[in-house]
Amino acid sequence: MEQKTKINAEDGKQDLVITRQFDLPLELLFKAYVEPELLEQWMGSKVIKLENKKHGGWHFEKKDAEGNIVFSANGVIHDFIPEQKITRTFEMANTPFGVQLEITEFEKLTDNTSKLTMHVIYESAAQRDEVLKLPFKQGINWAHNRLEEIVSKLK
Amino acid sequence: MNLRRDVFQAIADPTRRAILLLVASQSLTAGAIAANFNTARPTVSKHLQILTECRLLEQKQTGREIYYHINAQNMKAIADFIEPFRKMWDDRFNKLEAVMKDYKPNK
Repeated sequence: MEQKTKINAEDGKQDLVITRQFDLPLELLFKAYVEPELLEQWMGSKVIKLENKKHGGWHFEKKDAEGNIVFSANGVIHDFIPEQKITRTFEMANTPFGVQLEITEFEKLTDNTSKLTMHVIYESAAQRDEVLKLPFKQGINWAHNRLEEIVSKLK
Repeated sequence: MNLRRDVFQAIADPTRRAILLLVASQSLTAGAIAANFNTARPTVSKHLQILTECRLLEQKQTGREIYYHINAQNMKAIADFIEPFRKMWDDRFNKLEAVMKDYKPNK
């Protein structure tokens, strides 16, 4: 089966490319990136600030049920070309991952399909690999937590 | 889990990555591997030792010679480490697609 989302991360390089084809017209795909209430729905984070313009800033946050911030990311929008391209910086607060540069391009394929290309550049190749391993590590942690939950119920 | 962490350390080194590429195409002796590098023989031996300890390489005695083979299963573990990252973005984009398919302008 052809995978809809593809990642191209070459060995030893400090960048990667994420591509995805959508069964959505270009206008709708782009809207999902610029309307805070839509972004919140698919990203799962709260939009604190989003200035969709050249030299604008952005800030997203996610809280748990107790109100603790579990994810906070922010950056500046370097360039903003509607329905074509967004260039921004991205930094996750309280993590050692540094800042990354994200160049997101939006392309019309047909009237009802579109393509997204996200080029992410990290401070170093080592840093890129740490970010890449993050979901892998989280997966292991989550499995552990679940195991702990099950074990604690057995007592 | 420890195995995987070690595996990542093992492939962090460019010489070790080059050794893996070399052995991937054919099984070789330590001497034949070392002949491909300008590095001192003991340095190559050290790299081979690390790769063997991380179980990316396996030693096999053939007559008087010891040949190094690639451990395909553990190499696959490296190829798969990117998959959770891809899956995370795939899930996120699937959500985006679903949200926008339900989207009605001017509501």
